[in-house]
Amino acid sequence: MNSTPLLKVQKLSKTYGQRIGCKDVSFELWPGEVLAIVGESGSGKTTLLNCLSTRLDATSGTVEYHMRDGAYRDLARLSEAERRFLMRTDWGFVHQNPADGLRMTVSAGANVGERLMAVGHRHYGRIRDAATDWLSRVEIGADRIDDQPRAFSGGMRQRLQIARNLITGPRLVFMDEPTGGLDVSVQARLLDLIRGLVHDLGLSAIIVTHDLAVARLLSHRMMVMKDGHVIEQGLTDRVLDDPRQPYTQLLVSSILQV
Amino acid sequence: MSALATYNFAYLDEQTKRMIRRAILKAIAIPGYQVPFASREMPMPYGWGTGGVQLTAAILGPDDVLKVIDQGADDTTNAVSIRAFFQKVAAVAVTTRTAEATIIQTRHRIPEAELTANQVLVYQVPIPEPLRFLEPRETETRQMHALSEYGLMHVKLYEDIARNGHIATTYAYPVMVEGRYVMDPSPIPKFDNPKMHRSQALQLFGAGREKRIYAIPPHTQVVSLDFEDHPFTIQHFDRPCALCGAEGVYLDEVVLDDRGSRMFVCSDTDHCETRRAEGHVGPEGMPSGYGAKEAAE
Amino acid sequence: MYVAVKGGEAAIANAHQLLADRRRGARSIPALTVAQIGEQLGLAVDRVMAEASLYDRALAALSIKQARGDMIEAIFLLRAYRTTLPRFGYSDPVDTGAMEIERRISATYKDLPGGQLLGPTFDYTHRLLDPSLLEDAAVAAPVRRECGGEAVGRVSDILGDEGLIEPDSREPLDKVPGDITREPMDFPLSRDERLQALARGDEGFLLALAYSTQRGYARTHPFAGEIRIGLVEVEIELPELGFSVSLGEIRVTECQSVNQFKGSATEPPQFTRGYGLVFGQSERKAMAMALVDRALRAEEFGEDIVAPAQDEEFVIAHSDNVQATGFVEHLKLPHYVDFQAELDLVRRMRAEQQDPSTASREAAE
Repeated sequence: MNSTPLLKVQKLSKTYGQRIGCKDVSFELWPGEVLAIVGESGSGKTTLLNCLSTRLDATSGTVEYHMRDGAYRDLARLSEAERRFLMRTDWGFVHQNPADGLRMTVSAGANVGERLMAVGHRHYGRIRDAATDWLSRVEIGADRIDDQPRAFSGGMRQRLQIARNLITGPRLVFMDEPTGGLDVSVQARLLDLIRGLVHDLGLSAIIVTHDLAVARLLSHRMMVMKDGHVIEQGLTDRVLDDPRQPYTQLLVSSILQV
Repeated sequence: MSALATYNFAYLDEQTKRMIRRAILKAIAIPGYQVPFASREMPMPYGWGTGGVQLTAAILGPDDVLKVIDQGADDTTNAVSIRAFFQKVAAVAVTTRTAEATIIQTRHRIPEAELTANQVLVYQVPIPEPLRFLEPRETETRQMHALSEYGLMHVKLYEDIARNGHIATTYAYPVMVEGRYVMDPSPIPKFDNPKMHRSQALQLFGAGREKRIYAIPPHTQVVSLDFEDHPFTIQHFDRPCALCGAEGVYLDEVVLDDRGSRMFVCSDTDHCETRRAEGHVGPEGMPSGYGAKEAAE
Repeated sequence: MYVAVKGGEAAIANAHQLLADRRRGARSIPALTVAQIGEQLGLAVDRVMAEASLYDRALAALSIKQARGDMIEAIFLLRAYRTTLPRFGYSDPVDTGAMEIERRISATYKDLPGGQLLGPTFDYTHRLLDPSLLEDAAVAAPVRRECGGEAVGRVSDILGDEGLIEPDSREPLDKVPGDITREPMDFPLSRDERLQALARGDEGFLLALAYSTQRGYARTHPFAGEIRIGLVEVEIELPELGFSVSLGEIRVTECQSVNQFKGSATEPPQFTRGYGLVFGQSERKAMAMALVDRALRAEEFGEDIVAPAQDEEFVIAHSDNVQATGFVEHLKLPHYVDFQAELDLVRRMRAEQQDPSTASREAAE
């Protein structure tokens, strides 16, 4: 792993009036590292993910990102243009519901190719080749390239969303319950695929999940959240095999061992 | 109620004209950018050229010579009506001859003859926003223009090619102006797009209902959007104008009977008449100025 | 030899002459006078004034006559005239609390100071066709009663005195309202601009939107707090004089709806309101306007925007019937140049499909 963190998070908090979304979260994310944020619904994990990915303004604290030019930038201070550029080039965001991350009425090829066109690619043939290549990497046949996501199954849509995000070679991908709402067998296949891609591409990823099995399979490190606070964090195997907090012990014991 | 009978020169009051001229100046300063303006109700329906009429009214002077075309023709009803309006409220000289006009108001065409530095082409625009059918929200499209976020536009062109093998946009074909703003050239056929590029004439676009003015100053770069391997192309007619024999011009298809006979004639009526007066004859034309005489008003 | 059909000036002139003939109808019937329209089709005149945003009964009546009773055409005529008028200044806000009441009802109180006053309403008429109107039967004079002439307080002020309803406006008093007829609209609008747009919005469109909120598309739980119709004085401050002078009286209809309350940890709950104000007598329009106004305040109150009536761009961009009719009807203008381009493409694509060897015949630039 590289010697400088990709993301530096300092005392990040988000409050809604009196109510806490997340409170005083600090951590660093390293290149190639996969971090899982786990907790029950309402624990603040999605709020945290949205603050990290600039989809939500934090109330206090900072998130610094190691830009490709080597400088650290406070994400809250990026201009709207810089922020949008970052989000469609160096970052990916995989939504739980593929419809939130895809254009449902344009073809799979255009969905995957959109980011390339957004950054100035103007060769139809090469855009299409890149889209075909990425579809095959997420196990979608080249013959489906002109079909709309509406004609795809849930698992295929999710794989399409991943391909759409990865085509620009992002360094950091945020995932919000990427396997939520899928059948168990479809989930297993998708998890395998994500694990392979993350490994092959050396991606950093922050994955929000309520499913400890997903955290076990994909992440190197994990944070457990409760009531907006991070109550325990560490290497995934350590946290799952030797949970220190009573709440984490409860979470771990309440699921099947994987 | 006698006040009803008195109108200012060119209908609009001078305050309003000044407001429109300020918007025009801003539009010229930022080529391709849609400048909001407080469009007035005009005595013709929205969608019938109220934007173009306001522009023309704001720039028209007593010495101007006005030409009005619709579909390339001076004699289509709405062109006749708008021309008559300015004759009535401004007593301005009118012409059907492109070369004689100082201001040409148009709907859906650019004249075939190359325009010159002392001419202004005023376009009537129904929907000024090129991104409207991709993103209906004004608040969002404004943001997209501000940040030059035009990837979506190419997504649409990509879809056209994927589905039809062609970019299936044949009119109102989007252009990039001076490398900065994507602009809707109004519903002219894409055949006319190249005429906008580095034109010597000032080109003004007015959308009355949508309250937007935009401009292409003389000599501005105007590039039709495309892909490197699917370059922008224009319609090509494989026959000349039946009346004047012109080639490389836009033709109207005229259905002659109910057995499917048809002929193709210049859409630009002045261009056709000028050529015929000069002695050009198409396969179905008559040598003398037969048709030309009929059409002159 | 082919000679293109010339539409041209003669055809237009003939069409207008025929229009004038049809407008006049059978010459054996006396021509309708503008005074008759003003007196006997008063609500039509009111609607034209409201949606044209010009208070002039005689010109509105003339518009109706000239438009052969086509209301949107009449509104259009009057608007096109209004736009040419010089703008001398802006009046002071009219005080509807000081209105000379002709009708005033509240659905929120059984009785209240100033009382319920039915006024000239269709309500409670049994919609039975009245044969006496076929003739010019004599009509009895209305019943009149003396009144003290004191102002009738507004229902919203009764609630407001107790702090039970939000204030009239959250804007500072010195805020200069926008003017949608002089400044380009810029979404999102401020509420004053939105109300201006609604006030000239199409009655039918607003009615349908208001109705949709009642059927669950963004329900706001409205009560008709008060509807009042009557004369208000319009005053304008003249800088040379330093005080306001009266320009005259206009008839307006005002509706204040009392809607579901809002509150938070720091603010005690209060009813919210929607506001409608229209030239002339038009309860339907004023009520619809108030419901739509309240629905459009969704964002202000942190409500989810889920229904058309809450969507400002959708509502305001499509509420103006002069714009809407122009754009819908412009489809009848010639579009043959663009159609030719489409025709060409479809033919070419069909040919290619039948014979794939035919390459594109478009000339590359």
